[in-house]
Amino acid sequence: MGLLTGLKSSISRAASTLFSEEEPKRIGIYGPPNAGKTTLANRIARDWTEHGDAIGPESHVPHETRRARRKENVEIERDGKTVTIDVVDTPGVTTKVDYTEFLEHDMEKDDAVRRSREATEGVAEAMHWLREDVDGVIYVLDSSTDPFTQVNTMLIGIIESQDLPVLILANKIDLEDSSVQRIKNAFPQHETTPVSALEGDNMDEVYDKIAEYFG
Amino acid sequence: MAEVKDPSEGVRIDLISGERMAGLTSMEKIRMILDGVREGNIVILEEGLSPDEESRLIEVTMTEISPDEFNGIEIETYPKSEAADASILDRLMGKQSTQKLTVIGPANQIETLHKDETLISALVSRK
Repeated sequence: MGLLTGLKSSISRAASTLFSEEEPKRIGIYGPPNAGKTTLANRIARDWTEHGDAIGPESHVPHETRRARRKENVEIERDGKTVTIDVVDTPGVTTKVDYTEFLEHDMEKDDAVRRSREATEGVAEAMHWLREDVDGVIYVLDSSTDPFTQVNTMLIGIIESQDLPVLILANKIDLEDSSVQRIKNAFPQHETTPVSALEGDNMDEVYDKIAEYFG
Repeated sequence: MAEVKDPSEGVRIDLISGERMAGLTSMEKIRMILDGVREGNIVILEEGLSPDEESRLIEVTMTEISPDEFNGIEIETYPKSEAADASILDRLMGKQSTQKLTVIGPANQIETLHKDETLISALVSRK
């Protein structure tokens, strides 16, 4: 009898897992340092969460984000449907960190060394998330800078090799030097969506694309 | 036999064939690259690394960065990745090609001057 009850209970658990609501997809916001990833993450959180809390502090100093931060259950409404995602803001990826660069931002040596150590840990963490823990990627690029960098080439290659859906955003279109076409030329195999996360320009199209790619 | 020079007089370049890399595990490849680069050598891989190995190379490099000692690496490959052109069937069958010449060096000694689909031009300085 006990065996039968146990079996029934196992079947019931399996059925509830099978038919329960789908878990929100974890969407990682990736890109090089200073591309505007946190500004975008904060914009999404402010637009679509009840309290509109920021995910993290924004700064012009590189490596302001040194830990991956997750905002759960962000519900984006598009065409009467709701797409629920977890937004993961990640530290900017690089292959080198030199603490002396932080000294140029009026930082004491101890603070610069600490920041560089935290930054390296953050990049390692971001790479680990990319291999193990995200279901899709929003790749953010500063459209006023050259996209033909090794980090961009490698990261897009890594994302493609894992068959993750990727939405490329050409950010900072409010800047005079912005060139969306340059990014389109660099990654012709993907669609590029222009945006200014800071000013909120073209965010409607970004949300349409998020629903299309990750819904 | 040529006279052994003082390594501090120049920059050592190791050109590693695809054949030599083929027999190594991912971590052995990464270790070989980083050991060479940390000694101030420029490492040139005939066939490069897979995307997964590149991801691990970045991760391990980050754990080894140390102020005033090692700032990380500069790595360059041609921008066009053959991997992106592989069909889904090829990828499933493990035929994904990652062959691309790759140059890796210490971040404080190598600077990329120009890069496009067919040319990588870099300036290498001594330590």
